[in-house]
Amino acid sequence: MDLESEKRELTEAEDHIESRLNPVDPDMLHVGQEMAVAEGDVDPGPQHEFVRGTSLWQDAWRRLLRNKLAVFGLVVVVLVTIISVAGPTVIKRTLGFTPDYIPSNDPRLVKSFPPFTGPNGEFSWTHPMGTDNAGRDQLARVMQGGQISLFVGIIATLVSLLIGVTYGAVAGYAGGRVDDVMMRFVDVLYSLPYVIVVIVLLSMFRSQTARGQLILLFISLGSVSWLTMARIVRGQVLSLKNQEFVLAARATGVSNTKIVFRHLVPNTLGPVIVYATLTIPQIMLTEAFLSYLGFGVQAPLASWGSLAADGVQNIAIFPWQLIFPGVTMALTLFSLNFLGDGLRDALDPQMRTV
Amino acid sequence: MVRFIIRRLLITIPTILVVITITWALVRLAPGNFYSGEKKLPAAIEKNIREKYGLDKPWYQQYGRMMWAIIGHRDFGTSLKYEGQSVNSIIFRSLPISAAVGLLAYVLALVVGITAGSIAALKQNSKWDHSSMALAMLGISVPNFVLGPILVLVFSLSLYWLPPSRWGGFPSRNLILPVITLAAVYMAYIARLTRAGMLEVLRSDYIRTARAKGLSETQVVVRHALRGGLMPVVSYTGPALAFLLTGTVVVERIFALPGLGNYFIQASLNRDEPLIIGIVAFIAITLLLMNLVVDVAYAFLDPRVRY
Repeated sequence: MDLESEKRELTEAEDHIESRLNPVDPDMLHVGQEMAVAEGDVDPGPQHEFVRGTSLWQDAWRRLLRNKLAVFGLVVVVLVTIISVAGPTVIKRTLGFTPDYIPSNDPRLVKSFPPFTGPNGEFSWTHPMGTDNAGRDQLARVMQGGQISLFVGIIATLVSLLIGVTYGAVAGYAGGRVDDVMMRFVDVLYSLPYVIVVIVLLSMFRSQTARGQLILLFISLGSVSWLTMARIVRGQVLSLKNQEFVLAARATGVSNTKIVFRHLVPNTLGPVIVYATLTIPQIMLTEAFLSYLGFGVQAPLASWGSLAADGVQNIAIFPWQLIFPGVTMALTLFSLNFLGDGLRDALDPQMRTV
Repeated sequence: MVRFIIRRLLITIPTILVVITITWALVRLAPGNFYSGEKKLPAAIEKNIREKYGLDKPWYQQYGRMMWAIIGHRDFGTSLKYEGQSVNSIIFRSLPISAAVGLLAYVLALVVGITAGSIAALKQNSKWDHSSMALAMLGISVPNFVLGPILVLVFSLSLYWLPPSRWGGFPSRNLILPVITLAAVYMAYIARLTRAGMLEVLRSDYIRTARAKGLSETQVVVRHALRGGLMPVVSYTGPALAFLLTGTVVVERIFALPGLGNYFIQASLNRDEPLIIGIVAFIAITLLLMNLVVDVAYAFLDPRVRY
């Protein structure tokens, strides 16, 4: 056999294995099916994982669709995202005000204060969620808050993905001393009260502009939330790196960097996606917590956390100022968590930590 | 085991020094300082104050003096804002309040969480299972700063059953709402962890053996299954403590409790450098030591773990 055909065969074998997403654990698919049967809601699916066309992705997608709660989560998340992104523009076009519009000089709107009532104290469709203390429309504020909250959640998760996957993959692939030192560092960081340090960071470097504070928030949230991701990826890489396809890649002269990022990292995608989905609500919660305390998003921008903080001021008189942003946020986090759980069951039934 | 503890303690010390240094650097590198507030001090007075606190010396001398006071004398200095009060006295005054709320919340979360999780696992896929897991998911999703004010709204401002805020001594009705607010998330996490752990254990061979021996179902569950099924809960204790600490920050804020978290927020807003460093260091030390205790406990509970 000449070298050329051997090489082709190896690449083919590699593709073949990679198409199964996660060749680590031959038991995995089997265990997944067993569990699915035990839970009684999913059909084990056809037995031919090796045939292209029923890839793990399609399988996972089908399993996800059978999980009612996960579908509910997916629908709500998509709806909240669309409404948050498009909502303020629609309101601007139809009713003519922006989320940060303070109607102090507009006699038509100023009457709608106090909140949640129309000009004569009744419910008004102009402000279905009422207005806040300054007379700004609460619905538009909640939509804008949703934009910022989702944005922070997604960007900070991407930052944590970038750092965590690289760090974990390098540590796992390097092994030995390097791995020891790198993971010990993660252990040390893990045991630190990072939210406390983030509060110090945000309060000390408090930016004069709302945008600056937002960027500070991305950096600080992203840079502390990669630890678990690094651990997960390292674990995956450790069990992957002795597989034949890595050996094959090395034998054909692929560089270490390329092995890590082209061959190992794509194979860890399943758990990584699952964990990333579960990281988004966590980060959104932390962001809301920081904004609630006044260290996060600054006015005139709003996030659900800062809206809740404003609402708490008037809890006795205008409770809906807290309830609308609070319930919207809880519903979104609820859906994201269910979606993450569903994805985990669909993609990686073995990973069942909370 | 002893070697493991000693090694961990040896790592703990430099970790704490690193935390103190990072905090100090953050406070110092940021533009402005405690005296750059709204009320401008006359130059002569500011100069005197700076001399008194040693702020006229170069930065490395200040850093060295601070570190020496902390390591040598366990002295974090005096607060800039609360004049004449040492950081130590502030910490020890506010600690019992945070500890009372935090520990009560943790106990409540353990009791309710383990009960609900076990029931859910034992009656898997029943109504009990689904409703308690949905509730648990709700508990994880509702932020405590939303839950707290809503509880206040219902139980204090509408029903007039419980006081809405303030500290009222240790066993007092003032504690009920803060403890429930803080416990909700942990309750939910612990219930989910217990359920997952129990489900795994209930399928294992030694449970089948216990049943085959003819033990009663209660004995199988309480003496055999719970011990193995609770391992994930034990290992969650460490992270839970960390989250509990940050949780108390918000809860103390909502219910106006003069605990450690409230002082920390005030100190951050006031740029009260010694107080910030003192509280951060104290929290870091507590966390690291508690993590060590949890790891040791883990080794005792699970004979398979070896260090």
